[in-house]
Amino acid sequence: MDGPMEGLIFDIAHLLAASLVLISFVQLYQDRLYALLNTFALHAFVLACSVAWQAFIQDAPHLYITAAIALVFKAIVIPIALHRIIQRLGIHREIETVVGIGLTMLAGIALVALSMVVMLQVTAGADPLAREDLAFALAVILLGLLLMVSRRNAVSQVVGFMSLENGLVLAATGAKGMPLVVEFSVAFSILIAFVVIGIFLFRIRERFDTVDVHALDRHRGERR
Amino acid sequence: MSAIVPDPVALILLIPIGAAALLALLPGYRLTSRLSVAASLLTFLAALALFAAEPAAPGSYLFVDEFNIVFIALNTFVGFTTSVFSASYIGHELATGKLTPLYLRFYHAMYQLLIFAMNLALVANNIGLMWVAIELATLTTVLMVGIYRTHEALEAAWKYFILGSVGIALALFGTILVYLAAQPVVGEGMNGMVWTVLIEHVAAFDPALLNMAFVFLLLGYGTKVGLAPLHAWLPDAHAEGPTPISAVLSGLLLNVALYAVLRFKMLLAGNAGAIAPGPLLVTMGLTSLIFAGFMLYRRQDVKRLFAYSSIEHMGIIAFAFGMGGPLANFAGLLHMVMHSLTKSAIFFAVGHIAQVKGTQKIADIGGLTVTHPWLGWGLVLGVVAIVGMPPLGIFMSEFLIVSSTFAREPWLALPLVLGLLIALGALLLRLNGLAFGEPRGSTAPAQASYVPMYAHLALVLVAGIYLPARLVDWFQHVAELLG
Repeated sequence: MDGPMEGLIFDIAHLLAASLVLISFVQLYQDRLYALLNTFALHAFVLACSVAWQAFIQDAPHLYITAAIALVFKAIVIPIALHRIIQRLGIHREIETVVGIGLTMLAGIALVALSMVVMLQVTAGADPLAREDLAFALAVILLGLLLMVSRRNAVSQVVGFMSLENGLVLAATGAKGMPLVVEFSVAFSILIAFVVIGIFLFRIRERFDTVDVHALDRHRGERR
Repeated sequence: MSAIVPDPVALILLIPIGAAALLALLPGYRLTSRLSVAASLLTFLAALALFAAEPAAPGSYLFVDEFNIVFIALNTFVGFTTSVFSASYIGHELATGKLTPLYLRFYHAMYQLLIFAMNLALVANNIGLMWVAIELATLTTVLMVGIYRTHEALEAAWKYFILGSVGIALALFGTILVYLAAQPVVGEGMNGMVWTVLIEHVAAFDPALLNMAFVFLLLGYGTKVGLAPLHAWLPDAHAEGPTPISAVLSGLLLNVALYAVLRFKMLLAGNAGAIAPGPLLVTMGLTSLIFAGFMLYRRQDVKRLFAYSSIEHMGIIAFAFGMGGPLANFAGLLHMVMHSLTKSAIFFAVGHIAQVKGTQKIADIGGLTVTHPWLGWGLVLGVVAIVGMPPLGIFMSEFLIVSSTFAREPWLALPLVLGLLIALGALLLRLNGLAFGEPRGSTAPAQASYVPMYAHLALVLVAGIYLPARLVDWFQHVAELLG
């Protein structure tokens, strides 16, 4: 493939990866749990498209499995499960954010700038597609971390963790010929399934009145 | 030959995973705890067979070299003694109704799965496989930390889970970066993840990418090592889970995570353009040491106290490897082994003490040497060993670390010695209250198994007086490999 075709390949991969960063930003200012879940489902869907595109351009059919996991498990099953948990727990009210939305967005912009500067400089010698993919992936990872630390609700922390993990999948599929990618995404799916079941069990056992992590602090036996 | 005698590498993985499946299915507490002990013993024997076997050529997934072989032996040995301790500890938990038989079955199966995961992480020749194994070990310990289902236990498990997952995620990003650095040199595909291939070609890798990768790997696996400021999960997980799990967490899992960091440190040492990871490790090590030293003074919970002591010792070890050079690396390796044996012995004692007294509060425990001499003196011996008193093993490794630091960077030795003294003061102060003075709390006789605890302490004592020449040779050789 040469000339305009190669440009198109690059542009589509670029577009999908950048959309992930954008949706990560959208997640940052969602103040309702349902809306956050819907945004996450979109995040996972775009990831599935991006992975499928990488599978196509790298001619790596095993990556279609990763794409399918992202689509079925993360874009459909997990959001529906979390939706039902939220309904069951009756916590579909507003999310408490630790710092204001404005500050969080500013921090997010700073993190994206940081990941661009750092990754583009470090990977100067690498293949341009992998290189920009990696910069976007780091941005998604850092935004996921930011989402986790800026929220106190256990469900939104899990959403933060999952979008962080989407960034990892983006990085892994962008690295050409990377082995074990499918295994990694399966391992992460197991991890996420455990968290979701964990949240559910917390409530089923009625050990906590709330899944607000801040409230859990009060149960601590000893203050550090 | 190989058809008749099974490969010991396969055995140390197959025995625990087979036992895990079997224990999950079998009912009956006495049978399962005996089976668990038997399986752990067999795994230990298979690990010893590794020393006798011809080392096989490294595969793309598994390999045994001089660095991991002793950690496998240590891992399976402590795994075996802890399973002996578990049998009596868990029997008591069942008798007092803290655990139901169903949870017990789950406990033994998870314990074997944990041993499997740690062995897999140690023999992995593939940085991707190593990552998966460490993730599996994290998951099994999370489940066991939360096994009591109290508020505190669930909270500790949740916190461990979230922080552990973030650490694991960062470590994966670092792993991907290592692959990216390797890919132009060794080509696409599996080779870019095989450790023996990586170390062979590392000199040609892009140093900037390697540096970046190491930062993520250090943050990721460092969370699992419990280095400050990434340690927040560690005291809770130690305090709220069953004590045998605290023993394997401190004694083994922290070591396994540190082993992963050291593997990557070896990679960086092979590349002339890459940053020296030493200063990073030294800083994190000293921070952990001094921070944990001060935190020791304010602890009210006996298991939390020794959890902070583990942070302190991981700090000392990270410091030693950060200093680098044959002598400091030698001391770091020795300290890893000694700390693992001593700390698990202390947790064996603490577990039985907490069961007898019915509490983990330091204020409610006292005069142990009078009421329970075997447990009390075991604890005294363990704490005396852990603070680095001669002639025990930890004294020797700490002495080597301090003296080599004085010789090379005298200014760094000051905070190191300060941290050691702070921790020593705190632990001896608490020990005085726990072991001597007016007896406090229940004086009911203990249903304890003393053998694992005293076996560990005897090994630590022997190592402090006399190290076999073969072991010294091995440590020296690996210390050179570590650069």
